[in-house]
Amino acid sequence: MSELTLLLIRLAFLAVLWFFVIAAVGVIRTDLFGPRTATAPKAAKAAKPHKPVAKPRKGEPRQMVVTGGPLQGTIITLSETPITIGRANDATLVLSDDYASSRHARLFPQDGQWIVEDLGSTNGTYLDRSKVTRPTPVPLGVPIRIGKTVIELRK
Amino acid sequence: MAVTTSGSAVPMPAKRRGAQLAMLAFAVAIVMGAYASVGLAVDGRIPAGMLTYGLGLGGLVLAAYLVLAKFAPWADPLILPLVTLVNGIGLVMIYRIETGGSKLASASTQLLWTGVGIVMFSVTLIVLRDHRALQRMTYTAGFAGLLLLISPLIPGLGQTLNGARIWISLGFANLQPSEFAKLALVVFFAGYLVAKRDVLALAGRRLLFIDLPRARDLGPVLITWAVSLGVLVLQRDLGSSLLLFGTFIAMLYIATQRTSWVLIGILLFVGGAMLAGLLFDHVAARFEVYLNPEDPELFYKFGGSAQLMEGLFAMGTGGVLGTGLGQGHPQLIPLSFSDFIFAATGEELGLTGLMALLLVYALIVERGLRTSLAARDPFSKLLAGGLSFILAWQVFIIVGGVTNLIPLTGLVTPFMSQGGSALLANWILIALLVRMSDSARRPPPQAIQDEGMTQVFQR
Repeated sequence: MSELTLLLIRLAFLAVLWFFVIAAVGVIRTDLFGPRTATAPKAAKAAKPHKPVAKPRKGEPRQMVVTGGPLQGTIITLSETPITIGRANDATLVLSDDYASSRHARLFPQDGQWIVEDLGSTNGTYLDRSKVTRPTPVPLGVPIRIGKTVIELRK
Repeated sequence: MAVTTSGSAVPMPAKRRGAQLAMLAFAVAIVMGAYASVGLAVDGRIPAGMLTYGLGLGGLVLAAYLVLAKFAPWADPLILPLVTLVNGIGLVMIYRIETGGSKLASASTQLLWTGVGIVMFSVTLIVLRDHRALQRMTYTAGFAGLLLLISPLIPGLGQTLNGARIWISLGFANLQPSEFAKLALVVFFAGYLVAKRDVLALAGRRLLFIDLPRARDLGPVLITWAVSLGVLVLQRDLGSSLLLFGTFIAMLYIATQRTSWVLIGILLFVGGAMLAGLLFDHVAARFEVYLNPEDPELFYKFGGSAQLMEGLFAMGTGGVLGTGLGQGHPQLIPLSFSDFIFAATGEELGLTGLMALLLVYALIVERGLRTSLAARDPFSKLLAGGLSFILAWQVFIIVGGVTNLIPLTGLVTPFMSQGGSALLANWILIALLVRMSDSARRPPPQAIQDEGMTQVFQR
């Protein structure tokens, strides 16, 4: 075997090794650029232009709007992930409200519905007028009150 | 009605089975190319073993792929190809070291163990249909882990090889039970932390800028610390000790998101290691080698820095592009087929090849952490996070040791080093990750009808 052939083999092998790594990254680029739909159904295509992330299912809330309190006007787009509300820094909606606990309440999707759950807060979470004592489904447009903050789910 | 019609519009994660098969074929092709390259460089012709090893590995991973497609169809498409590549490169390096004249290296044994590993991978996937069954065995797993960990100390069963008492003899083969203990212990940590995370995360007081836990909640940390120091002192196994304690601290951090646990863990481990360094010769010797590997006196001493320095020389010889497969001198490094396979690979593939390999490891870990993020229950999150971390941590400890970034501890490079126990345990670990990624990526069951109190779900 001549030196030159061996050198070429060596460089080619390294190039192929790196090509493998790049191909592997290509397979998981969905992690970086959002989910890919399997064999794109037409309905998803039609629904895509205005809301790429939210599930375009009928009658399902798409955003959470703060309608009262210091954060009034804040809008959080709902996705699959649960939303935590409280004074803790890592909460999805961070409140600066003396009447709220650090981990006050949690909203999570289940079977197409959003459920509110009180996380053992001091002053309680209210859905409309009633205190939330166990995980309760949240209808559209019904106010949830946490301390001075009022939020509701909208389409 | 509304659900069934609009159900098809919900974005579904793709299975990506085609991509998986293509990547698998690619990985096997790279491994066969590597064999051919070794043969061309050593004898000037394509080795006769290339087809045996290549097709053997190809057949094995094809079987693994079929089992995965049947029993975990939604599993992550990348984990299996990536592991195949690392395992294959390890096989090639062992083959290369064997042709270089090492008596202890044996590529055919390693291929056999790879086969057994893939069988264990398949058996795990077939038997364990729902990994949450493991949560019910939390304390059983913890007990089994401890038992496995101390089993080499039992007289008559345990064996001392190369100064570490970490082997048990089963008559036909020697087994390294700590490799399996680490799996059982990660399962135990995950189950235990799910049950206790609240008190560990919330109770305590704030001092300056960190939240300190209460003194009585320090129990589990202190127990794990004591166990890992026991491993260090009684079995002279620095690697497992660091691996075990580091994993516990990382999982504690994942469970509680509390930085103070990490600080407490680091302080405890550094304190314990320094104490052990003062009290025990074998630990002190490692520190000495770490600090002055170039010292000629240490270099020529038995058990001194010769191995480490030969590894560093090898990587230095390799440089950026390497000497090429089959053209280095791996026989100069003691134990180049097991602990120092990374240095031997570094000589032949160079920095470029090592970086690619490290990236492949990083991608495996990334897929594991991604599974952990996507998992739906806290036990799966912790288990997937813990298993990925232990893999990453193990690579860090051995690569850091070989490159003299941290004191060298005897640990195997996952999937590359020669050794049956580690290969088996790591294939089971990968099977667990695949099982969890399957359940994390599987779309939730869709309701068939939408009315009334009773709902029928399609699985």
